[in-house]
Amino acid sequence: MVDVRSGIGEALPPPEVEDVELYHPHSWWTRYVFSQDAKIIAIQYATTAIAIGMVALVLSWLMRLQLGFPGTFDFIDADAYYQFITMHGMIMVIYLLTALFLGGFGNYLIPLMVGARDMVFPYANMLSYWIYLLAVLVLVASFFAPGGPTGAGWTLYPPQAVLSGTPGGKDWGIILMLSSLIIFIIGFTMGGLNYVVTVLQGRARGMTLMRLPLTVWGIFTATVMALLAFPALFVACVMMLFDRLLGTSFFMPAIVEMGEQLQHGGGSPILFQHLFWFFGHPEVYIVALPAFGIVSDLISTHARKNIFGYRMMVWAIVIIGGLSFIVWAHHMYVSGMNPYFGFFFATTTLIIAVPTAIKVYNWVLTLWRGNIHLTLPMLFALGFIVTFVNGGLTGLFLGNVVVDVPLSDTMFVVAHFHMVMGVAPIMVIFGAIYHWYPKITGRMLNEALGQIHFWVTFIGAYLIFFPMHYVGLVGVPRRYYELGEMAFVQESVHTLNAFISVMALIVGAAQIVFLFNLVWSLRRGREAGGNPWRATTLEWQTPETPPPHGNWGKDLPVVYRWAYDYSVPGAPEDFIPQNQPTPSRVGHEAVS
Amino acid sequence: MAVVVILVLLAAGSVLFHLLSPWWWTPIASNWNYIDNTIVITFWITGIAFTAVVLFMAYCVLRFRYRPGRTAAYEPENKKLEGWLATSTTLGVAAMLAPGLFVWNQYITVPQDASEVEVIGAQWLWSFRLPGADGRLGTSETRDITPENTLGLNRNDAASLDDLIIEGGELHLPIGKPVKMLLRSVDVLHDFYVPEFRAKMDMVPGMVTYFWLTPTRTGTFEILCAELCGVGHPQMRGTVVVDTEEDYQAWLAEQQSFSQLSASSETSPAATVAAAAAQ
Repeated sequence: MVDVRSGIGEALPPPEVEDVELYHPHSWWTRYVFSQDAKIIAIQYATTAIAIGMVALVLSWLMRLQLGFPGTFDFIDADAYYQFITMHGMIMVIYLLTALFLGGFGNYLIPLMVGARDMVFPYANMLSYWIYLLAVLVLVASFFAPGGPTGAGWTLYPPQAVLSGTPGGKDWGIILMLSSLIIFIIGFTMGGLNYVVTVLQGRARGMTLMRLPLTVWGIFTATVMALLAFPALFVACVMMLFDRLLGTSFFMPAIVEMGEQLQHGGGSPILFQHLFWFFGHPEVYIVALPAFGIVSDLISTHARKNIFGYRMMVWAIVIIGGLSFIVWAHHMYVSGMNPYFGFFFATTTLIIAVPTAIKVYNWVLTLWRGNIHLTLPMLFALGFIVTFVNGGLTGLFLGNVVVDVPLSDTMFVVAHFHMVMGVAPIMVIFGAIYHWYPKITGRMLNEALGQIHFWVTFIGAYLIFFPMHYVGLVGVPRRYYELGEMAFVQESVHTLNAFISVMALIVGAAQIVFLFNLVWSLRRGREAGGNPWRATTLEWQTPETPPPHGNWGKDLPVVYRWAYDYSVPGAPEDFIPQNQPTPSRVGHEAVS
Repeated sequence: MAVVVILVLLAAGSVLFHLLSPWWWTPIASNWNYIDNTIVITFWITGIAFTAVVLFMAYCVLRFRYRPGRTAAYEPENKKLEGWLATSTTLGVAAMLAPGLFVWNQYITVPQDASEVEVIGAQWLWSFRLPGADGRLGTSETRDITPENTLGLNRNDAASLDDLIIEGGELHLPIGKPVKMLLRSVDVLHDFYVPEFRAKMDMVPGMVTYFWLTPTRTGTFEILCAELCGVGHPQMRGTVVVDTEEDYQAWLAEQQSFSQLSASSETSPAATVAAAAAQ
């Protein structure tokens, strides 16, 4: 039963390499701006991601205003609406979620949690952020370019993405979008290599792979996946840029556009879809796996109980990561691909439900017989489980090929993916920020503001996306600027749409409370101390809080146990830090 | 306590919403009621799983929330429980997948006696083509599209000449007869979507996609485009009418063939058509 903790008390291996000297910044610029310290880079990544995320939030307000109250707002025409949905989707998936989980949490937590002084390649790490910032700026530039940003939908399907019937198709929009993605991938690769190598090479003495906190396992696996999946998007973007700028025909068959024969011929629009989703499906788990890992640690810490089935959790992360590379075409059941693919991809897709379900069981079984502190991170973790289970289960509709046929391209899909990869991971992001803010700043976030933020966000988001499934079940298609008259759509659907829009405005407004809390607590928050949650993992054991450059002072930590020694029978405290040598004897003798 | 109450309300509210909701699929007009049945099975299985997980969480929060002096249990693993949960999940997943794949096999196996209808999508208009007296659709090419030949039919293919062409008008289908919908696009992706038929499929320029159905009740239904095709996407509507056999034949008799349309077109060189017809 206790073999997950094996090795306690065994002789430690000698250090394999000497402790290395870090680059030491000499000026304010190299310390805080062009910093090579992963913790500063993390904050830069997170701040940029949240800032561009606020743009996506405002875009979602605008599109919901149009859907809830069609015809009321003159400034939202069809062009603008499609630009809003496209940019909202792209920003949320790539520039917010991917950047924040990997660039933000990855940079902050990996070195601290594995007991390293910094990332293995600090200079490449710094470049990664600045290239990411450039990608964001190119993306933002498309709002100001002639013709505005692209309105092709975040999937950017050709041929329409590069034709004149789509906003930005023949202007700058699509060019800037594709360029921004290419730049993002270049920057991510630099950061991603760092995260992988640091986890593999930079761990402290005694930190075996099976003693890593699940947060690190989640981010590590997601990064490996991203390094393998993003190249598919990279080539797809390059090829589409060639089609648009040089007149090649990678994705362009013979086309008659508005009565005019185009010069293209022989290309395959479906090839783009395969490349896009070969990246796009792993991308779902690139966002989800860090969330899985982080939420495991939040639940364990705040329920004062070891995560249930640690090894199963690790293997589930790895298996989900592997399987997610052979399910991509479940996004393409009605794309016109060979219909026999449906058997294979439906089967792989539903198989992935098994390791995912095991993770859910293990989270709730960690709560079972725990000592549940209803702190803000725990509340967000509970919110995550509810929304993730809800969104995951509707995935069983859409993954099961024939069930997908009537629901595909309807609002059911929109509701599903927002619940499972929008709301659920964002719940984890919030929980994680409430959890680690005290380590980053030395102060606690305000509890009352946090409670308001949680309840409005959780209940509000559920009220937005749960009923939305039923709009899709009625048959309402997605990506419709206006429904107009549809005989099969009852009048009450429009009322429901208006309700969803009002909830979206309220939930969006609640995020202002959160942002205010982040700023206000920097100065006014309660002093946190080094380990306010009484957690076991290494980042809470730093000699100083916030941890300075180099993290650990003179001596690197040495790890003696797994990350989940909570409520160990016989121990004097309900947690034993990973770097505490003998389990309980020291404390025991002191007590007795 | 508030957390417990809200979790229970959320689970109960979701179930009630599902049961009382007036928002449900529109009555079916095709043979694909198997799909509806599979959705209902899936609703049951997933609904039970969701309610169970949320209620179990609520119970844990109620029973095991922090009180001074409480200590959590210490149980890293429980192989028996983990094995049991993995097995039952696998069975539940199989119970959804098996009927799903069974129906998918029907969905992609077109009956031998299905008649063919071609649907052509263009920004932002639906057109249709039916085989003429020879019962065959002639060949076509996007490259052959001209202002006079907007569907790109091959003038040198005798099978094309008697094809019936409906541009921007209504499509009629006879009730009770299987029909294979051949789907083609001349510009961007579109998707032929009639909610009452349940079936849908993308239309991809450069290739022909298909699905099949048997209409099961007469009536007039809307055709929507379900794949984003540019700013006119929501306005790309059409109409399909399911007729009794007599009404269908009467409608069919009114439709014009490719050669008739070509002859009536001023700019069309009648000699070409005649020459082609003579071959």
